[in-house]
Amino acid sequence: MMGRDAGRLSLILLFMPFALWIGLLIVLPQLGIGYVSLREKVGINQYEFGFKNYADFISEPIYRNTLLRTAWMSILVTALALIAGFPVAYYIAKIAKTRSRAALFLMCLIPLWVSDLVRAYGWIVLLRETGVISTALVSIGLISQPIEMLYTDMTVIIGLVYTVILFMIVPLVSTLQGMDDALLEAGYNLGGSRFTVFRRIIVPYAMPGIVAGSIITFMLTAGSYLTPVLLGGKNSSWFTEQIYNQFITRYNWEAGATFGVLLLLFTSLVVWLGLLLTGQSLATTVAKD
Amino acid sequence: MYDLSCSGLTKRFGPFTAVSDVSLDIPSGSFFSILGPSGCGKTTLMRMIAGFESPSEGDIKIKGESVVATPPNKRNVKMVFQHLALFPMMSVGENIAYGLRCRGEKRGAIGAKVAGILDRVGLPGTEDKRIDQLSGGQKQRIAIARCMVLEPDVLLLDEPLGALDLKLREHMKIELKLLQNQFETTFLYITHDQSEALVMSDQVAVMNAGRFEQIGSPKELYDAPVSGFVAGFVGDSNCLTGTIATVDGADARVRLDDGGELIGRVADRSGPGDAVEVFLRPEALSLGAGGATTLPGTVDSLLFNGANSRVLVKLATGQMLEVADPAQSGGGAVGDTVTVSFQPERARVFARRGA
Repeated sequence: MMGRDAGRLSLILLFMPFALWIGLLIVLPQLGIGYVSLREKVGINQYEFGFKNYADFISEPIYRNTLLRTAWMSILVTALALIAGFPVAYYIAKIAKTRSRAALFLMCLIPLWVSDLVRAYGWIVLLRETGVISTALVSIGLISQPIEMLYTDMTVIIGLVYTVILFMIVPLVSTLQGMDDALLEAGYNLGGSRFTVFRRIIVPYAMPGIVAGSIITFMLTAGSYLTPVLLGGKNSSWFTEQIYNQFITRYNWEAGATFGVLLLLFTSLVVWLGLLLTGQSLATTVAKD
Repeated sequence: MYDLSCSGLTKRFGPFTAVSDVSLDIPSGSFFSILGPSGCGKTTLMRMIAGFESPSEGDIKIKGESVVATPPNKRNVKMVFQHLALFPMMSVGENIAYGLRCRGEKRGAIGAKVAGILDRVGLPGTEDKRIDQLSGGQKQRIAIARCMVLEPDVLLLDEPLGALDLKLREHMKIELKLLQNQFETTFLYITHDQSEALVMSDQVAVMNAGRFEQIGSPKELYDAPVSGFVAGFVGDSNCLTGTIATVDGADARVRLDDGGELIGRVADRSGPGDAVEVFLRPEALSLGAGGATTLPGTVDSLLFNGANSRVLVKLATGQMLEVADPAQSGGGAVGDTVTVSFQPERARVFARRGA
């Protein structure tokens, strides 16, 4: 009996940091946000409960459109990160020699050494009107006068892909590493072309990694703030910027909280749809052992 | 007409020669094995035939046509991989249909062919099963069915029984042989397990350090090995080292390194003064006088293994000999003084390897 009690105690103790983290930093604030979002301000320090904040959101096209735009661009960023990340992950997992694998992996991690903010400024240094690329193009005579490459959707997308691609590569590498090379050889041996082997063997095998990576990058992108604001400027119309504005600029916590809840619900919906479309589930992808 | 023939096949990896000047001809419909220890180059040879490696020199012909320039997915040789390499994300039926679909066959025809081949390997109606629902032996059969449905000229098998447990392996040996008879397709089987090669094959090539030491029927390899390596690798043998003292016709008097003398048959070109190895099969030895050569010793231990039982005899000079004891008579008790005897033609004398 003693042993069993001790086992239970150690389980509780080990579980505690995780429970505290989830409870205090995730569940509790979200409940608070949910609570605030349902509060309507009727006068100074006078509140009623209701769905007026949500109704406001729906009736205001700019909010709606910003959310849709954020979701759409996040999907695009996720797709681009997948297209750019897959060959990199495949190279690291399958083609590179065992010795250089760790080095290559580390090189993918290097950007994380530098803070988000500094990296965004790095892009600004490169892309602004008086920046490196523009100046270089003028000096070699390709363009006649400096061009501004910042503050466009394309810039925001490039910056975001660059920020999140690592989170696509890591799950892909770990999935692809588990693939026996004999599967590919069997694919060729049975008469498959390169394309057939890719489409019918590599992609289905990597699907858990693809889905896990896509969920992570999509969630990170949709919830990112710094990169869209710095690279997109006032035109970026990123949804997190709206949340920031409501909380900080307008001091309208009720609207900000509503937006927060809506962002969470909406991105969850997109992920759920994505899982549905690819026929995967969280248990077979993110939680794959 | 040979289904598969290789001539002067050589493969070098940098300074290392994995396969060196290998030639073989496999007649249609036969079961051909390549037997060798790990690292002897047999897998490289098979990968060259499948097209995953290109030979440094030499030619590979399938049904008389050179395939050296043909990519692996265009060769009509199919391969059963060591760990089978069944596609885990596809069902049994999809695994088998994969090759047919690559070939662009019609859907209706594919379904019928898949059902037909599953019937032939004794697993009818398993199309919708997942690969991880199959047992080891069933996976084996699916891997073969996946290749055979494409009606290959040659089926390559790369130690496919290695991952199975002993009982199942014994069973699958017989089953593979039956499948080969049934399909009448040429099988090229690679293994390091001599019993697999001997039981299943029509012809066996013994490979060592990138070369073929001997090609022959299992019986030839067992009864008339051409080198010390083959004698030692195929079947069980006692090996005694010594030096030839005198040669009389085919027989040689060998002075053993640990003392003692015996008469054996010289199986290669060794002459007086050469360092040699003498190979004695356990079943060539008997306890008690009667042979031309007798060696005194004591029973060290009795190794009971049913019909394969042995008596381990420690010779007066210290060497250990395994003597077959099929009748399980025991040959006395441990510590008994015995005489081991044999006829000279059953003792094969070869030049010492690496000497």
